[in-house]
Amino acid sequence: MKKIRLSEPVKLFLYVLPALIYIFIFKYLPLWGWAISFFQYKPGLPLFKCNFVGLQNYIQLFGNAVMRTNLIRVLKNTFGIQILNFLFMPVPMLFAIFLSEVASKRFQKLVQTVTTLPHFISWVIMFSLATCMFGSTGLVNTTLQNVGICKSINVLNTNNNVWLIQALLALWKSMGWNAIIYFAAITGLDQSVYEAAMVDGASRMQKIRYITIPLLLPTFFVLLIMSIGNFLNSGIDQFLAFGNALNKDTIEVLDLYVYNLGIKNGQISFSVAVGVMKSLVAMVLFAAANFFSKKVRGTSVF
Amino acid sequence: MVISLKQTDTLKKDSVRVEKSTKVRMSTQDKIYNVIAIIVFSVITLICFYPFYYLMICTISDQQLVELNKIYMIPKGINFRNYIEILNVQNLANSAFISVARTLVTTTVSFFCTSYMAYFFTKQQMWGHKFWYRFTVITMYFSAGLIPIYLNNRMLHLNNSFLVYVVPSAISVYNMVLVKTSIESMGTELEESARLDGAGYLTIFFRIILPLQGPILATVSLFTAVNQWNDFFTTKLYITNTKLYTLQYLLYELLSQVTAAANQINNADPYASITPTGIRLTLTAIVVIPIIMVYPFIQRFYVKGIMLGAVKG
Repeated sequence: MKKIRLSEPVKLFLYVLPALIYIFIFKYLPLWGWAISFFQYKPGLPLFKCNFVGLQNYIQLFGNAVMRTNLIRVLKNTFGIQILNFLFMPVPMLFAIFLSEVASKRFQKLVQTVTTLPHFISWVIMFSLATCMFGSTGLVNTTLQNVGICKSINVLNTNNNVWLIQALLALWKSMGWNAIIYFAAITGLDQSVYEAAMVDGASRMQKIRYITIPLLLPTFFVLLIMSIGNFLNSGIDQFLAFGNALNKDTIEVLDLYVYNLGIKNGQISFSVAVGVMKSLVAMVLFAAANFFSKKVRGTSVF
Repeated sequence: MVISLKQTDTLKKDSVRVEKSTKVRMSTQDKIYNVIAIIVFSVITLICFYPFYYLMICTISDQQLVELNKIYMIPKGINFRNYIEILNVQNLANSAFISVARTLVTTTVSFFCTSYMAYFFTKQQMWGHKFWYRFTVITMYFSAGLIPIYLNNRMLHLNNSFLVYVVPSAISVYNMVLVKTSIESMGTELEESARLDGAGYLTIFFRIILPLQGPILATVSLFTAVNQWNDFFTTKLYITNTKLYTLQYLLYELLSQVTAAANQINNADPYASITPTGIRLTLTAIVVIPIIMVYPFIQRFYVKGIMLGAVKG
């Protein structure tokens, strides 16, 4: 048998080919599922045996009154929670700035280590801890009753303030972690600027206000732009863990809605239609974020 | 050599002295700032830490006192009955095994697959390198969406199989880009000399690249491991066979049952000598403890990770 000699480039390609096939199967192949949104899909039937309905599913989403109200409600929830998340975005930056001004390095390290812990736990654990603290028989409520304020606060099983509560939980979970990026940026800042300011008699607050914050703004903007690109991807774990019958009207975000519609109610065609629209909007947002980043900073984020 | 060492030594001493002297010169304003900041940050740290602490002391305290919310700072009536009783929870040992197994298996698989792909993508002379690299990286920016991915994985017969934990997570494109950047920053001299000695690509990959990329691979693997350990949605989506449940999912189910049962007053207690709250807290503790043990290591590596991530793929 004659041994075939492959050229080096082809050989390298063959080495990486299995990985490329993997990428194709798990990242590109699912795109085929978008076609389902043009059919009346019935689970179990092959797609070509289902009724082709064209854009009817999409029209229904907006035309059907129930569907429309649901979609609007879900979008409102997504926007509400995400906008609150945006408003909290400067918190990790301020956290890092003020902490880095503390004289003791050991204290800084301790605070950093402890505050990053919540980032590493799952939303199920978050829910368990929250029940511990804020549940109807949780620590906070019993303490309030024991102290005599007597009014128990209902945090987890109500439609009131759900957006704020979820945003605050997310802040608690991610603040220490997100601050790490700013810490890294602060340590990288040019110290001579600070020395010059000190010579000029700048106070600590002035140094923060006129040096540190402006120098950190580019980092802040990168993160902001990235989260604009991810605006609709609010994730599902958090809302799945915290959602229940009593708060489902205000906690159901787009991702959770797609899940509930498709997997729970079995309306696959509709949920794929919602998903497709979400993906398209997300892509537009990505492009827009990239465009702004180019305008503002001269380089693209993605 | 000796002299230079001495010199750096004196330099260090000098810098220490400078630090000390600045400390002495700390103004009253600075002192006030320090005190206030330390108080504020201590409170923040406590807010982050206390729920975990509370959880732990509740699991080892007298359950009657826990029910009455008499525990705040110190555990009372210390016993470990919870941790013994929880073994009786149906399916616990099995779920723990699945959790550990999926974490180890997926992390290992992902470790090799991701770094393998990263290594070959550092080879610019590959046929169609630019195209295939873009083909891969662009998948970070779009997603087919939950349902199409779900149907795709079903089509591949991954549902109700242990493989659903492993195969879809075998290659992370984001991690691949991180590792590739790291390999590229290593330079090619070592690899070239190995090639001259007759080593093939795979030998170089296993004998040179993997050992030398320790830190970044450790970071990436620890992240994968934490993600795998924390995931409960995959189980919810694909698994109906209780033999394949993970700890996280078991806890999720238990919690949603508790919420459901909260409305029904008369709920027969299935776990004789301890309370449902005790079970819930103990299961939470069991899931959290491994995380608390490994996360400081991940955090240490992380800064290196973002520095690499800042270099675009």
